[in-house]
Amino acid sequence: MTTVEPERGARAIEVRDLHKYYGSHEVLKGVDFHVDAGQVVCVIGPSGSGKSTLLRCVNRLEEPTSGRILVEGIDICDPEVDLAAVRSRIGMVFQQFNLFPHMSVLKNLCVAQRRVRKRSQDEAVRIARDNLAKVGLADKENAYPAHLSGGQQQRVAIARALSMEPDMMLFDEPTSALDPELVGDVLAVMRTLATDGMTMMVVTHEMGFAREVGDNLVFMDGGVIVEEGDPVDVLSHPRHARTQAFLSKVL
Amino acid sequence: MNRTQRRRVRDGALYAVLTLALVGAAVVTDWEAVTTNFLDGPTWRAMWPEIVTVAVWNTVTYTVISFVFAFAVALVLAFMKLSPLAVYRWLATAYIEFFRGLPALVVIFFMAFAVPLAFHWIPPGGLVGAGIVGLIVTYAAYMAETLRAGIQAVPKGQREAAQSLGMNGAWTTVSVILPQAIRIVIPPLTNELVALIKDTSLLFVVGMQADQVELSAFGQNNTVTFANASPLLAIALFYLVVTLPMTRLVAWLERRQQRAR
Ligand SMILES: Nc1ncnc2c1ncn2[C@@H]1O[C@H](COP(=O)(O)OP(=O)(O)OP(=O)(O)O)[C@@H](O)[C@H]1O
Ligand SMILES: [Mg+2]
Repeated sequence: MTTVEPERGARAIEVRDLHKYYGSHEVLKGVDFHVDAGQVVCVIGPSGSGKSTLLRCVNRLEEPTSGRILVEGIDICDPEVDLAAVRSRIGMVFQQFNLFPHMSVLKNLCVAQRRVRKRSQDEAVRIARDNLAKVGLADKENAYPAHLSGGQQQRVAIARALSMEPDMMLFDEPTSALDPELVGDVLAVMRTLATDGMTMMVVTHEMGFAREVGDNLVFMDGGVIVEEGDPVDVLSHPRHARTQAFLSKVL
Repeated sequence: MNRTQRRRVRDGALYAVLTLALVGAAVVTDWEAVTTNFLDGPTWRAMWPEIVTVAVWNTVTYTVISFVFAFAVALVLAFMKLSPLAVYRWLATAYIEFFRGLPALVVIFFMAFAVPLAFHWIPPGGLVGAGIVGLIVTYAAYMAETLRAGIQAVPKGQREAAQSLGMNGAWTTVSVILPQAIRIVIPPLTNELVALIKDTSLLFVVGMQADQVELSAFGQNNTVTFANASPLLAIALFYLVVTLPMTRLVAWLERRQQRAR
């Protein structure tokens, strides 16, 4: 197994001509996409357009059918590549939080640090506490996920990903499963992350977030990227009919 | 009459019938025969303390040994059944279907002969040990299906979350998937454990030495020796002493777990 170091000057995420089939159903039809280091790219589009599939291909939770995916210059589809090591540098936040229900919050944040980063217990706990404080949940380290609200669980999930000290973060509709009054806390945490310079790819229905925080906005429909550009431009002056139709429904 | 009153009358009638039936049975029962046959003091005293030091002890020992090994085999089978490799899935399915389709008694009997013959090896415990191999392979088949269902019941997102943190497949299984799967299967696994306790009584078919008897064989032997049925009542009580606390414990665990969810 080759431990490939991130290439200097390479884009954080670079996707070239990505195709993905489920059986005979083509879900991604040749997608070219990139995120530069320090950038926040938001992906919007109707349900079933392939947003999650694209995002999940980036850390190979989905197997691409063809095309190339480079993460910090490393081709993650290369059979020689240490996939676990690459994944550990890519934080991921799911719509359904996916915290480990049988572990306390602190354990959720430490288990991969210990195992994958080989950190000592003391160091793992210190980093975990720092990140819990960052998401405003320093007092919840001994709680179990079932005893937290959805918004708290999602913030713990973000802290868990951050504890690996990743180079970038992927978010798949992080606020879609939340009650409306809990969305704000999670978005605030993500905003802070963006301000601190984190590289982020965010699939979202939160147009306000995309407009204010995003450096780039990508609109997908039917497995292709229909339109992309500066969020303010795309949201106020969409050029394509499909983008206009979609935005008129959600705005 | 409103609904409540009607229900009271119906319940009252049911209780009356039930009480009458019990009283009727008590009246026609020959209590003297019952006392001399089931509650014979000298017979009860003669069984003590072997009923605990030998019979209960062996029942529990055979159960624990069978359960531990069956669980280990079942775990391997469950993962084979979930394997992406068709050969593994096929082998596991064949094993499970084969041993689920046979009476445990037949498998025990067969193993008692087959193990010493095939491997030129007498397991600890002799024929009883070989018979236990039969219990193990049979229960492994049942428990494999239970474990497979439990592993599949863990949401897919759990494995994905672990993988996205860079955890490898084996460690994900051990620290994330299995602990949750085992919690899910504790109730069905307890049913299998209780069934196993009772099925240790099948080991008698291989023939047991005096120090190898478990509760059932102990009861039968003593019934013959004393020409009295008291040993049967005694072993029934001791079976319950072993099984009831276990089923109660699991019911409690289940309630506690539901609260935690
Ligand atoms: N595991 C799968 N097997 C078969 N088809 C799938 C699978 N996962 C997704 N699809 C299909 O792929 C298409 C794209 O799905 P995807 O989840 O990427 O859409 P999305 O843009 O994220 O939608 P949403 O906003 O609803 O999350 C859909 O038509 C979906 O039905
Ligand atoms: Mg999606």
